[in-house]
Amino acid sequence: MLMKIEGLSVNYGAIRALDDVTVEVRQGEVLSVIGANGAGKSTLLRTITGIVKPVAGTITFNGTNIKGLRPDKIVRLGIMVVPEGRRIFPDLSVKENLELGGHAIDDRSLKKELYTLILATFPRLKERLKQHAGTLSGGEQQMLAMGRALMGNPKLLLLDEPSMGLSPIVTREIFSLIGLINKEKGISMILVEQNAHMALEHSERAYVLENGRITLWGPSAEIKSNPGVVEAYLGV
Amino acid sequence: MKFFWEARKVILPAVLVYLVLKAIFGFHLVSGYIEQITLFSFIVILTSLGLNVIYGYTGQFSLGHAAFYGIGAYISAYLSKSLGVESILGFIPVLFLSGVSAGLVGCLIGVPILKLRDDFLAIATLGFGTLVRVILDNSDRFSEILGGSRGFVGIPRITNLELAFFVTVFLILVTRNIIFSRYGLFWRCVKNDELASQAIGINTSRMKLMAFSYGCFLAGIGGALYAHLYTFLHPSNFDILKSIDFLIIVIVGGMGSIVGTIYAGLIWVGFIEGLRIALPADMLDLRWVFIPLFLIGLMMWRPYGLIRKGG
Repeated sequence: MLMKIEGLSVNYGAIRALDDVTVEVRQGEVLSVIGANGAGKSTLLRTITGIVKPVAGTITFNGTNIKGLRPDKIVRLGIMVVPEGRRIFPDLSVKENLELGGHAIDDRSLKKELYTLILATFPRLKERLKQHAGTLSGGEQQMLAMGRALMGNPKLLLLDEPSMGLSPIVTREIFSLIGLINKEKGISMILVEQNAHMALEHSERAYVLENGRITLWGPSAEIKSNPGVVEAYLGV
Repeated sequence: MKFFWEARKVILPAVLVYLVLKAIFGFHLVSGYIEQITLFSFIVILTSLGLNVIYGYTGQFSLGHAAFYGIGAYISAYLSKSLGVESILGFIPVLFLSGVSAGLVGCLIGVPILKLRDDFLAIATLGFGTLVRVILDNSDRFSEILGGSRGFVGIPRITNLELAFFVTVFLILVTRNIIFSRYGLFWRCVKNDELASQAIGINTSRMKLMAFSYGCFLAGIGGALYAHLYTFLHPSNFDILKSIDFLIIVIVGGMGSIVGTIYAGLIWVGFIEGLRIALPADMLDLRWVFIPLFLIGLMMWRPYGLIRKGG
């Protein structure tokens, strides 16, 4: 067990955004969390990364309790997030963006190794190292956001809506990269997606989040054939 | 020493500028008034640079910068008067201490208010500025020397060309080094995108606090130099209007541009004081027509400031 979230509740003012959420992440797996807009998917990631403070529940990562830790401490424990909407630094170069992702790593040779590995995974970025990140296409920006997060040498990678605003072809490309990174580097991932079809296709297990509650969980193949899920999220 | 060697490209021209100014002042080629506003323009540059670190580089909108300038001015004046400081050598520790005090106050007030965003932060800093103004207005209740609303009088005149010029140049170099260090990069990241900065593990609240305190430190040094140039302080010199002056200089020079702040500071002081000489006495109020027109024009044609052409 890499991470265990138990009984997590989050309030935004008077509104309950997450209600008694329990999620387990196993070592090396891709886990998807699907749900409609406003179901609490992003809130879940924000709580894991320490930006939002929960009112109840525990989050254990690698055996240590990370609930209530500052975001920068959580990053140093090995949880990196690829934020929704990519959030690269547009005025900085591609290279600077990547270097910033690894700023918390002190080991220079590890940093160099990660950098080479990331450029090998995303050859498109290698061609554009000196370019301002804001001039990249949407798909390239998504690759950069992923590369930046990987520079932090994560044990767990959180992906917040990686398909957002991308064409179907580019989305497929991004998802195959996600699969590649998971297989080759063995990095566990939580994939949060509105595009339930892609998410279920590329994950081993899935959780369905509705109005802040987990309503269904299990192997992705089973979730995919659940009549309720088919009707609500897969739109067949 | 390495610091000075690396900055030689800036130091050599700076020494040249100093020698030219020294010659001009030494031979009395200009009036004492021009000499005074020249020194004042260095102080304005230094203080505005502090605000540029806070707002231009780190994106924290502050409407209370003059309060920290005032804190530096009053603390330095109080120290040098009560300790009987009259020489430059004795003044340097006072100068440093005033800057540190302003920075510390910035740090203390920054802890609660820097959590706020944009317009909320603006109101909070505005509130702090007003608070300081009220305290200064009533300062004679704490100590008679401070003078309250009558003003603080009889401060020794210590600020001279050497002190104002070299302190400003030195602190510009220090600031430039910080901006090019990893902290400067983190500051720009926080300004660019706070959430993304958090995502990559930057301690954003610490970075904001650091930039804010350092900017207030520069304002405190500026205030201390100001107090010992004009030898008289009045609370009205440190109110919201003064804060807006610094804000205008940062915007005119360009957000996140050190060179821009230098030019804008010189232009600002030169413009206001120059018009005072150029315009006949009965038309002096027209300054406040020309300056706003200039600002409106600038924002239309150069929205990113004098130095930078585009976004």
